[in-house]
Amino acid sequence: MTQINYRKVIAVAIADAMRADPDVFLIGEDVGAAGGAFKTTAGLFEEFGPRRVRDTPISEQAIVGTAIGAAMTGLRPIAEIMFADFAGVCFDQLANQLAKYRYMTGGQVRLPVTVRMANGAGAGFAAQHSQPAENWFLNIPGLKIAVPGTVEDLYGLLRTAIADDDPVLVFEHKNLFALKGEVSADTLAIPLGKATVVREGTDVTIVAIQQMRHRAAEAADQLAAEGISATVIDPRTLVPFDDEAVADSLRRTHRLAVVQEAPHGGSWGASLVARMTADNFTLFDAPPLVIGADETPVPYSPGLEDAWLPSVSRIVSEVRKLVTW
Amino acid sequence: MPVELSPATASLAGGAPEGAADLLRQMWRIRLFENTVMDLFTRGLVRGSTHLCQGQEAVSVGACAALRPSDTMTCTYRGHGAVIAKGAPLDACFGEILGRAGGLCGGKGGSMHLTDVSVGALGSNAIVGAHLPISVGAALTSSYHGRGDVSVAIFGDGATNIGAFHESLNMASVWRLPVVFLIENNQYGEYSPLRSTTPIDRLADRAAGYGMPGEYVDGNDVVAVHAVMEAAVARARVGQGPTLIEADTYRQVGHSRSDPATYRPAGELDRWLARDPITLLSDAMRAGGAHPPPEDVEREAAAEVDAALRRAMDMPEPDPASRLRDVYGAAA
Ligand SMILES: Cc1ncc(C[n+]2csc(CCOP(=O)(O)OP(=O)(O)O)c2C)c(N)n1
Ligand SMILES: [Mg+2]
Repeated sequence: MTQINYRKVIAVAIADAMRADPDVFLIGEDVGAAGGAFKTTAGLFEEFGPRRVRDTPISEQAIVGTAIGAAMTGLRPIAEIMFADFAGVCFDQLANQLAKYRYMTGGQVRLPVTVRMANGAGAGFAAQHSQPAENWFLNIPGLKIAVPGTVEDLYGLLRTAIADDDPVLVFEHKNLFALKGEVSADTLAIPLGKATVVREGTDVTIVAIQQMRHRAAEAADQLAAEGISATVIDPRTLVPFDDEAVADSLRRTHRLAVVQEAPHGGSWGASLVARMTADNFTLFDAPPLVIGADETPVPYSPGLEDAWLPSVSRIVSEVRKLVTW
Repeated sequence: MPVELSPATASLAGGAPEGAADLLRQMWRIRLFENTVMDLFTRGLVRGSTHLCQGQEAVSVGACAALRPSDTMTCTYRGHGAVIAKGAPLDACFGEILGRAGGLCGGKGGSMHLTDVSVGALGSNAIVGAHLPISVGAALTSSYHGRGDVSVAIFGDGATNIGAFHESLNMASVWRLPVVFLIENNQYGEYSPLRSTTPIDRLADRAAGYGMPGEYVDGNDVVAVHAVMEAAVARARVGQGPTLIEADTYRQVGHSRSDPATYRPAGELDRWLARDPITLLSDAMRAGGAHPPPEDVEREAAAEVDAALRRAMDMPEPDPASRLRDVYGAAA
C-alpha cells in the first residue's frame, strides 16, 4: 500500500466517494480551481469539473444552507468551511438548521451533509484561525462529530461521514497535514463511535484526539521508560462517543487522564470525565484529570502558543502525579 | 385548474380570470384556518406563540398557483398560508399546531415549523432569513439533475436586512439557479415599521446589486401576484436564473399572538382593510358574472375548515417516547 500524508488523503477520500456515488459533490471557497486553501482538494476540479466541485463566494451561511437544501432534496453534499473558526459566521445554519431540521419535521427529511473544517492550534495562525472548534458543537443533538488523528482514520471517517445519512462535522487538524500513513481496504469504512486503542497499558488510561493523541503516545513512551504503563485511547469521534472503550480500560487501570488542546470549560474532556465518574465511580483509584489548554484565546507567538498547548513533558509530569496519587 | 394569464401584466383590474374561484377558495381556506388558529390560542387550547397571515393570503396563493407539484417552497413562521397553498392537508396542519401525533411533523414542530415535504413544502423557518440558502440548495439539486423544477423562498420585508438574504441572492445569481425570492412586504418587522429599519422604499431594488431582475407587485391582487410569479418561474425553469419579487401587502393582525399592534398609526388598518385581497377578488368575480357566487366559495371553505379541525381535535397526543426519535436517522 502506498504512503500518503494527512493533507493529500483528503482529496483521495473525496474522489473515491465521488466516483462511487454521482450524487456526492463538493462546495466551498476556493475548493475547485485553486485546489483548496490548504491544497486538500487539489485535483478534484480537474477530474469532476465545475458541476460537482463548486467554488463559492465568501458566504459561509450560503455554503452550509445550500448543502442543507441540496441534501434535503436528494444530493449528498460535502461542504468545506476553510477554518473551523469560521463556523462562527454560519453557526445558525449548523446549530439551528442542519442539526434540528430532521427532528423539527418529524423525520421527513434526511440530511447526509458532511461539513469539513480545518481545525486546531499549533501552526502559528493566531486566535481567529486556531480554535479547536469541535467543542462548540458538543451540546447540539443532531450533529455527529469526527476528529480523525491519523491518515487512516481521516480517510475512513471521511468515507463513513459522506455515506452517513446524518450530518457529520469532520475536523481536519491543520497541524497534522504532514503526518504520513497508509490507506488500505481495511480503512475504507471506519464506523462512527468506535475508539481505537493506540497502546495498551495497565496503570493509567489516557484519552486524546488529533494532535494530542500523538503527544499522549509520546508521553506514554517516556512514562514506560520510568516503569509507568499507560493505555492511550483515541475515540476518533466525539458524537457518538465510545464510552465503553474508556470504561473497559478503566476496569484495568483505575486511573483516567484526558489530554485536549482546548480549555476545560464545556469541553469533550470535561464531559467524558463527568460521564465516567457518574457511571463508573467505584472504578476510580484517583480523581480523574483533564490536561487541557489555558482558558484564553490561542496566542500567536511561538513561545506563547507552545506554552498554551499541553506539551509532552507536561503530560508526562501530570500523569506521573496521577499514578502516584 | 391553471389560470390563463398574459405574464406579468394581468391583474384584477382586467376582471376576475377563469379559475378565479380556485384562487378565492384557497384564500378563504387560509383566512378561516388562521381565524380558527387565533381562536384556539385565545381559548388557551394551544401553547407558545403563533404568527398569522390574515390580509396576506394573496401572496402565497398567487405564488403557489404558479408552481407545479415537483417545485419546492420554503417559508417562515408566518407560513401557515404558504404551506396550505402548496398543498398540505388542513387537518394535519391543525394537528401539528395542536401538537398531535397526526400533525404534519408528529407534533415536533408546531405553528412555526409546518412542513410537508410530500407536497414540496420544504419547511417553515423560525430564524429570520435562514431558509433562503436552503431554497438555493433545493434549486441546486434541480439544476444538478437538469430537472427544471423551481424553488421558491417566501420571506418578510425584515428578512431583507439579514446576511443570509444577501449571501443567498448573490450565490443563486452567480450560479444562475432556478429559484424565486419572494418578499412578502407586510410593512412591519415585528413592531418596527419598514421605514425605520430600511433606507430604501422599494425592496425589489435590491435585486440590482445581485444582477437579477427585481419585480414589484400589488400583493393584495392575487391575479397580479400570480402573473408576476409565472413569469419569474418560467425564467427560472429555462435556466435564466433567479428573480427577486416584492409583493406589497399588510398584516391585518398583530405580529404574534400577544401583540395588539397598538403602534399602527390611526386609519392605517382601515385603509388596508378596504383593499382586503379576498374582497378585491370577490368584487371582481361579482362584477364579471360567470363565476360561482363568492359566498358559495366561502361557505364551502368554511365547511372544509370545520371538518378538518374536528378531525385534528380527534387526533391522539404523541407517544412521549416519540420525542427520542428523529434526532438521527442512522443509529448514533
Ligand atoms: C435571526 C432572527 N432574529 C430575530 C428574530 C425575531 N423575530 C421574529 S419575527 C421578526 C420580524 C421579521 O419581520 P419580517 O421579515 O418582515 O417578517 P414578518 O414577521 O413581518 O412576516 C423578528 C425580528 C428571529 N426569529 N430570527
Ligand atoms: Mg414584515
